[in-house]
Amino acid sequence: MSRPMTITEKIFAAHAGLAEVQPGQLVGAKLDIVLANDVTAPIAIREFGRVGVDKVWDNTRIALVPDHYTPNKDIKSAEQAKIMRDFAHAQGITHYYEIGCMGVEHALLPEQGVVGPGDLIIGADSHTCTYGALGAFATGVGSTDVAAAMATGESWFKVPSSIKFNVTGQLAPWVSPKDVILHIIGMIGVDGALYQAMEFTGDVFDCMDMDGRMTVCNMAIEAGAKSGIIAVDDITRAYLEGRAERTWTEYHSDPDAVYTQVYEIDAATIVPTVAFPHLPSNTRAAADARDVKIDQVVIGSCTNGRIEDMRVAAGVLKGHKVADGVRLIILPATQDIWRQCMHEGLMDVFLDAGAAVSTPTCGPCLGGHMGILAAGERAVATTNRNFVGRMGDPTSEVYLSSPAVAAATAVAGHIALPDDLS
Amino acid sequence: MRFEGRAHVYGRDVDTDVIIPARYLNTSDPAELAKHCLEDLDAGFVSKVEAGDILVAAENFGCGSSREHAPIAIKHAGISAIIAKSFARIFYRNAINTGLPILESEEAVDGISDGDVVAVDASTGTITNVTTGAVFHTQPFPPMIQDIIEKGGLIAAVREKVGS
Repeated sequence: MSRPMTITEKIFAAHAGLAEVQPGQLVGAKLDIVLANDVTAPIAIREFGRVGVDKVWDNTRIALVPDHYTPNKDIKSAEQAKIMRDFAHAQGITHYYEIGCMGVEHALLPEQGVVGPGDLIIGADSHTCTYGALGAFATGVGSTDVAAAMATGESWFKVPSSIKFNVTGQLAPWVSPKDVILHIIGMIGVDGALYQAMEFTGDVFDCMDMDGRMTVCNMAIEAGAKSGIIAVDDITRAYLEGRAERTWTEYHSDPDAVYTQVYEIDAATIVPTVAFPHLPSNTRAAADARDVKIDQVVIGSCTNGRIEDMRVAAGVLKGHKVADGVRLIILPATQDIWRQCMHEGLMDVFLDAGAAVSTPTCGPCLGGHMGILAAGERAVATTNRNFVGRMGDPTSEVYLSSPAVAAATAVAGHIALPDDLS
Repeated sequence: MRFEGRAHVYGRDVDTDVIIPARYLNTSDPAELAKHCLEDLDAGFVSKVEAGDILVAAENFGCGSSREHAPIAIKHAGISAIIAKSFARIFYRNAINTGLPILESEEAVDGISDGDVVAVDASTGTITNVTTGAVFHTQPFPPMIQDIIEKGGLIAAVREKVGS
């Protein structure tokens, strides 16, 4: 009988070819998917060229997504995107997504069934941890790690210890998955889970749809975590049905698995939350932030650009107009989500409200393009970071919120709750 | 691996967006990135840093994005090593992989003031505040990581592996 293990430890043991592993152990492990984007791939490709192999380890297991500065924002970005495109074509990369089928990577890969339960995934993007929502171990790394992985199909890891977040009870109306994760980050801080895996359990997650689970796992990195993970259940299986490219393996934590800490959180204590500048942990109740006037609202990103987010935003915006002097930018995260918005009539709601709707791109989230802030401007965004200068000028400010609060804010012109709108 | 230089001391949670703002990520040219290193935290950093200087910070240095542009910008701005109370994990990995020496030591960070001359011996993990005479010792890297560093970074280590 091997030692009791967490879901994360089981995935590492399986991929390292070991019967068991324990936290702190350094292992070499086989990878299922390796990911990079138009910002990180060019450096990875340059470093890959130094390894001394001609071909990537498996052209069907590398995903290259031009989503950050695309459609190309300027000549330099166009050159970066071209390096990735040329490499993808030369190597016959099957999961390269050109503009027109491209989406924000962490919305796109789950949607297209590229990532699945039990996978071990690295991506040269910090929000790669999103795929933990499907019961995978997924973590962000740098370009050099991706270069080595593209050559060998393996990487080195320190097996992380796990922290359990057991959230029970029922979320109040307008309290969303984004509020759950902001609440947790506010509670433990931006390095509260440093180097560790965050495992989310409890009936709040049992009832949460996949879009919501992805929002939660997406922001594990904002607590310093190596990964976030939620075990597979019927909701996961229904999502994977007709979507998964490969067969998958389900792992579950043993009942007596060891955690460095277990947080018991009552869902009733979670309220609509806003993270004030300049850290995701600087959280306050949205209800206490109504005096914050804003210039721009961004609804989208790998955190909150999925169809459920679009539906919530449209539900709040319906019948309302964006406040004078406020710019509302909505970015459905993939082409399929864009089309779904159109079919469900959400596009009409957005346009009637006075929103600008963009093609999929990470764009404004990281201050790339499509909605940069001028000096002193303030934005409410459904994105994931509010560091100094994140969305533009170093004196601008970003307040992180759920799609519901962001939509209400766009209408009110200041931070607001949906019920504030008459 | 011994380095000596003046310390530039900053606080906690120095994130990758202030280390190298995304508005400069449309290039991966190290010299270009170095020109904007820490621009949004300390606009004067690039003009005052001298080759060999040492960056000192509190907890969670390098939090945020996976951009390898961050350690690249720091290294090419002239910084020889970083001492912090703790590092964000992707930055930690990126620094090892790209050959930028990093050391974790609460005591050293508390015992170094901005402008102090600091000597770092990365192979033994010894940090000396030359200005005050204080000496600090850090945990050595585990052998697997030491191996990557000794071979000159991850790509050199992998090149040796695939070539054998």
